[in-house]
Amino acid sequence: MTFYTLGDDIADTTAPDVPIEQRWDRRRFDAKLVNPANRRRHSVIVVGTGLAGGAAGATLAEQGYRVIQFCYQDSPRRAHSIAAQGGINAAKNYRNDGDSVYRLFYDTVKGGDFRARESNVYRLAQTSTQIIDQCVAQGVPFAREYGGLLDTRSFGGVQVARTFYARGQTGQQLLIGAYQALSRQIDAGNIEMHERTEMLDLIVIDGRARGIVARDLVTGQISTYIADAVVLATGGYGNVFYLSTNAKNSNASAIWRAHRRGAYFANPCYTQIHPTCIPRSGDYQSKLTLMSESLRNDGRIWVPKNAGDTRSPDQIPEAERDYYLERIYPGFGNLVPRDIASRAAKNQCDLGRGVGPGGLGVYLDFADAIRRLGEDQVREKYGNLFEMYDRITGEDPYKVPMRIYPAVHYTMGGLWVDYDLQSTIPGCFVVGEANFSDHGANRLGASALMQGLADGYFVLPPMLGNYIATNKFETIDESHPAVVDTVNEATGRLTKLLSINGDRTVDSFHRELGEIMWDECGMARSEDGLRKALGRLPELRAEFWRSVKVPGSGDNVNQSLERANRVSDFLELGELMCVDALHREESCGGHFRVESQTPDGEARRDDDRFAYAGAWEFGGTDQAPVLHREPLEFDYVHLAQRNYA
Amino acid sequence: MKLTLRIWRQAGPAEPGRMVAYEVPDANPDMSFLELLDVLNERLTLEGDDPVTFDHDCREGICGACGVVINGQAHGPRERTTTCQLHVRSFADGDVIDVEPWRSVAFGVVKDLMVDRSGLDRIIQAGGYISAPTGSAPEAHSTPVPKPVADTAFDNATCIGCGACIAACPNGSAMLFTSAKVTHLNLLPQGGPERAERVLNLVEAMDAEGFGGCTNSGECTVACPKGIPLDSIATLNREYLRASLGRK
Amino acid sequence: MRSSFAPLNFWRSTIGKKAVMAVTGLLMLLFLIVHMLGNLKIFYGRTEFDHYAGWLRTIGEPVLHGAWYLWIQRFVLVLAVVLHATSAYQLSRRDQKARPTKYSHHQRPKANYATHVMRYGGITLGLFIIYHILDFTTLTLNRHGVEGAAYDNVVSSFSVWWVTAIYILAMISLGLHIQHGFWSAAQTIGANRPSRDRLFRNVATGLAVFLTAGFLVVPIAVLAGLVD
Repeated sequence: MTFYTLGDDIADTTAPDVPIEQRWDRRRFDAKLVNPANRRRHSVIVVGTGLAGGAAGATLAEQGYRVIQFCYQDSPRRAHSIAAQGGINAAKNYRNDGDSVYRLFYDTVKGGDFRARESNVYRLAQTSTQIIDQCVAQGVPFAREYGGLLDTRSFGGVQVARTFYARGQTGQQLLIGAYQALSRQIDAGNIEMHERTEMLDLIVIDGRARGIVARDLVTGQISTYIADAVVLATGGYGNVFYLSTNAKNSNASAIWRAHRRGAYFANPCYTQIHPTCIPRSGDYQSKLTLMSESLRNDGRIWVPKNAGDTRSPDQIPEAERDYYLERIYPGFGNLVPRDIASRAAKNQCDLGRGVGPGGLGVYLDFADAIRRLGEDQVREKYGNLFEMYDRITGEDPYKVPMRIYPAVHYTMGGLWVDYDLQSTIPGCFVVGEANFSDHGANRLGASALMQGLADGYFVLPPMLGNYIATNKFETIDESHPAVVDTVNEATGRLTKLLSINGDRTVDSFHRELGEIMWDECGMARSEDGLRKALGRLPELRAEFWRSVKVPGSGDNVNQSLERANRVSDFLELGELMCVDALHREESCGGHFRVESQTPDGEARRDDDRFAYAGAWEFGGTDQAPVLHREPLEFDYVHLAQRNYA
Repeated sequence: MKLTLRIWRQAGPAEPGRMVAYEVPDANPDMSFLELLDVLNERLTLEGDDPVTFDHDCREGICGACGVVINGQAHGPRERTTTCQLHVRSFADGDVIDVEPWRSVAFGVVKDLMVDRSGLDRIIQAGGYISAPTGSAPEAHSTPVPKPVADTAFDNATCIGCGACIAACPNGSAMLFTSAKVTHLNLLPQGGPERAERVLNLVEAMDAEGFGGCTNSGECTVACPKGIPLDSIATLNREYLRASLGRK
Repeated sequence: MRSSFAPLNFWRSTIGKKAVMAVTGLLMLLFLIVHMLGNLKIFYGRTEFDHYAGWLRTIGEPVLHGAWYLWIQRFVLVLAVVLHATSAYQLSRRDQKARPTKYSHHQRPKANYATHVMRYGGITLGLFIIYHILDFTTLTLNRHGVEGAAYDNVVSSFSVWWVTAIYILAMISLGLHIQHGFWSAAQTIGANRPSRDRLFRNVATGLAVFLTAGFLVVPIAVLAGLVD
């Protein structure tokens, strides 16, 4: 049985055909400009206030556009970018350690296992240096050395120290910078900010995105907002797995609704499983907590050599420990890319060498670092992470090694966008984690912050200007049939959810979905498993619409209703992820198909058949999706199997 | 573990509220406090009751969304811990735990334990930023910042805007919140040009929201999950006096 | 709304009012130190104490006429008390309005006792000042009540146990008020720094003990018959 149909190939037609170093300059030069005096007449909707959305909203407002911005949180400062810990990459080469724009580009393409578009990645590397300047000017308190200059550290998958950081709270500091820039524009009256308001659907008129339908989460009021363009900056969809490092309310509804309206969804199966998370402790677990990858700079990962060894870690002598990453990958050691570190941890646990409850954990040990650097210096570098670990587990990592296990963390897939960051719906732009553009099949550490800010501050604004300059926008009335239809659909959906009044809670469905996805579409995927999942998911979806119980009404705060709406979208998206994973009969980056591995268990790509981005078109409810392939060309970084040994 | 939760229930901003007792017979010491509420809510849902509304998001202590007063203490009994990072192991079997929303005239109750903290956003909007339009920034290394200054700025920038300081303050004062922003931005060389205007605007906005004044009781800093020090309030006062005396 | 007159904005703001309290408080503290030290002259006997009391009226001569200095000082002190009390009253009202709902689960405050009782202490001291002026300045309530006979006026008041009790109570309030107030003032005018925090707290406690003890030594000595 096939689960999809094959459509025409697609291509990005917006990146200019000039040498890669010149593409972004040329694109900006070719772009049409909007006269500053005319910008006031144009409005832009931005959904989301994370790094990408916050930066985009602030910048567009600064340039003079009327921005209407939304976030489901009670304040734009709480978007989940805030939880990013480790750092942000930039090719500043302050360390004189051989870094360059080209090397950052190269590392990112290679780290992404050759499944990203070269043009976009190069531009990202070019933009990276400006981001640091911008953030420092905003007052982001990056870590500094005694001389007053910025400090950097190294991250997984690279051998230069290009990661700028603010202790273990880099995302927070960058987000607060963007939030403050946004606040300045709100105060100036250039942004109409709607907090606690969630996008329910995208309004598409004559093939172009012209607005959104959104629900005020306090009053339940469903309203329409019309603008000349819509920017989706709503983050990733890791919460399909129920347990992930995402915020509890992070969701895919905005991008999934846009997908249903015509935006292609690219590479949905590329999910990043982060190797260093705190293992789960019980069935009540509501989310997983990440321990920054930066810990792998000084922490050493090991398991007991003997399977089923239940001695406490301090009772296990050196000779009976296996520092398996250092053993298998001597070149990068504990700093191998995330996908490799995660899979290695899973393999060790599968061999019965896992530690902690259920054997689902490995040690991350700082004893050597404390001996070498002293406890104070370790505290200075990682103090807040150690505290967090202690609070959650009740164990002191200065005394006993941390226990870690991989968890879903980031989704490389997302809405397909061209070089201009425009989706297949004209006027619908997608930035940050919500798009698929820069990370291929695996994202390197400290690159998400870089991409979010690059998109929001520097890439989107000129491209959005070009769209506005080259289009005419007739006035749209709220009585326009397309608007009315979209509102009715959104309202009908919520009414339906409230009326089912079945016997299962929303969370019970979400948990079950998560288990299926983790088992069959998680760290290792097989044809059998994926087919099994694809058999079960439509049943689960039908069961959801038959027996979910959503208490309360739609006309005030109703968190169950919010969740139900999000989970109903996750149920559909989960299916598409499995279809994508099933069709991609190769292993690459975060997508590991057990049928496609080297004799020693490493991922084996199949470049002849799969060197493309898979962009899925919505085929209709209960209809098979349509695959459009965007062939990827590697003119600069030559295709090679990754080797981190 | 068996726990009894007495929770503030209030259907809407204008509705009367009251404390309602619920038993959770199957609490686990390794649960977070919010997971305890999740477990209760799952049960309430199935029993046809209205589940308890509370703000929460990242559940790792950084977004600042969660926050309730537990046994009279903002974010509960553990120091430097947000509600989501508080675990049931901090309580004993059989405990009766009072759970109430943040109380302040500037934080209206939206529903149950959820309050309106938009006043904090308005304080930041009044001037809690450095004006640096995108693209205008000079090279990052053109202005070195001494490490101690950068560290102090960072310590204050870690504020998560949860509002615990206000909830804990007997006067419902937002001085610690405001002082964290002023200290963060006014100490940095980049924040210099707007230094005086910033502090005057922030204090004016803070007062306009109806927050109380500071009596230096220090409750705020004890409740602060990020440990913003009381010293920041002295810095705010200093900056305010300086600006009021017309020094740039 | 912000006015174009900066001092008005300052007075309207919570920090401005608090700074007014700090500065007036420090001014009164300074006065109290001198006052307390002067009181101790009573141990040198009637003649010297009465002479000292008389001299207080002539400070500033011959530049200033007669008791002008005394009246200037009185004016400044009354102004300080009025500003201190007005700020305290207005801020307290504001504070109470800012937290209209109490938590149903009461939690013992983490701040020390002195901080907790600032408002009550302030009211106690205000009432005490009125009594004190009626007792020793206007002599309205003084049993001896002879102008110029400061020594005998003091002895006559403190020979009554309940007058001494009132003084003891007031001076304990004063000590508590200074213990929090001095450090709080340092905090409010922004003089405090992490490096000086301990110092300010110790000085505050020192001043509190020093003043309370210094003021109490006189009535206790009278009651004990050491001064008569």
